[in-house]
Amino acid sequence: MSTRGTSTDDVWLVVPLFNEESVIADVVRDARRTFPNVVVVDDGSSDRGADAAASAGAFVVRHPVNLGQGAALQTGFDYARSVPSMQWVVTFDADGQHQVSDVRDMLDKARAEDLQVVFGSRFLDDRTTPSRMKKLVLRLAVGYTNITTGTKLTDAHNGLRVLRRDVVERLDITQNRMAHASELVAQIGEMKVRYGESPVHILYTDYSKTKGQSLWNSVNILVELMFR
Amino acid sequence: MNALVLIQVLLILVVILVVARLFRSRGARAQAIRRIGLVVFAAFAAVSILFPDVWSRLARLVGVGRGTDLVLYALVVAFLSFTVTTYLRFRDLETNYTRLARRIALSEAPRPAAADDDPAA
Repeated sequence: MSTRGTSTDDVWLVVPLFNEESVIADVVRDARRTFPNVVVVDDGSSDRGADAAASAGAFVVRHPVNLGQGAALQTGFDYARSVPSMQWVVTFDADGQHQVSDVRDMLDKARAEDLQVVFGSRFLDDRTTPSRMKKLVLRLAVGYTNITTGTKLTDAHNGLRVLRRDVVERLDITQNRMAHASELVAQIGEMKVRYGESPVHILYTDYSKTKGQSLWNSVNILVELMFR
Repeated sequence: MNALVLIQVLLILVVILVVARLFRSRGARAQAIRRIGLVVFAAFAAVSILFPDVWSRLARLVGVGRGTDLVLYALVVAFLSFTVTTYLRFRDLETNYTRLARRIALSEAPRPAAADDDPAA
């Protein structure tokens, strides 16, 4: 079973973009070799990343102001939903830490096992090597998410996900800032859909290390989730 | 000891009520209650200027040592409810703002060929 023979026209990559001008064009170009449909949601970047994404062949939706990554994802979902031929949405990071080959495996898995959602997980194999602190934060986060949402995942805060159309149509992310990953898992948990996990390799480049979720951020996430 | 328990129960109840009400109620009634509360608060402030003793008497009634302590407790409750209201108001504002910005973004975005508009957006 492989998507290599089958069409990828019904797959839409949703890429939230915020100030990633240096990498976004390469990310879009690389992704479009396999998945021609890429929608980049520029979240009010102050650089020219949106233009770079557009010239690399992505459909670009521009937030007039910065709203947050969660809001950008939901905008991407709304955009993809308006395309009648869309069957799958893939959430994909703009900074080049996700692998297109992982997406292919996730779609294969979803199709083969008739899953509506496939989450990427860094902890199903040992390709990804987060720092010890990061590991601890991620473990705590996934523990909290599993307890509060009734799901069983090994890595709930992974930006790489495959969502089937019927799931995308029911998602409504209202957590604009950091808590959107947990909110997404919670909404999927409530939908009682068939979901699975697939191992992914996250490249922690020096560039992506300077951002990402710190321990302080997990405190913010917790507060945002408690006062939903 | 009993008196101290009384004020503690009272304060905890008030905090819970304020938070619960703020989380649940919206609209005209909640706004009216807030305004009445504000008027009562202002009236009481005026009374307590004329009769500073009123806080001490009230404090003794509920079992707090001094009137100043009671004022402090009241201030804590008032500040807490202000914080919660403000947080909720900002959150609602942000939700609307997000919808507006998203609508603008989507209406200006280039469309792939043969795409319909999404009424649910």
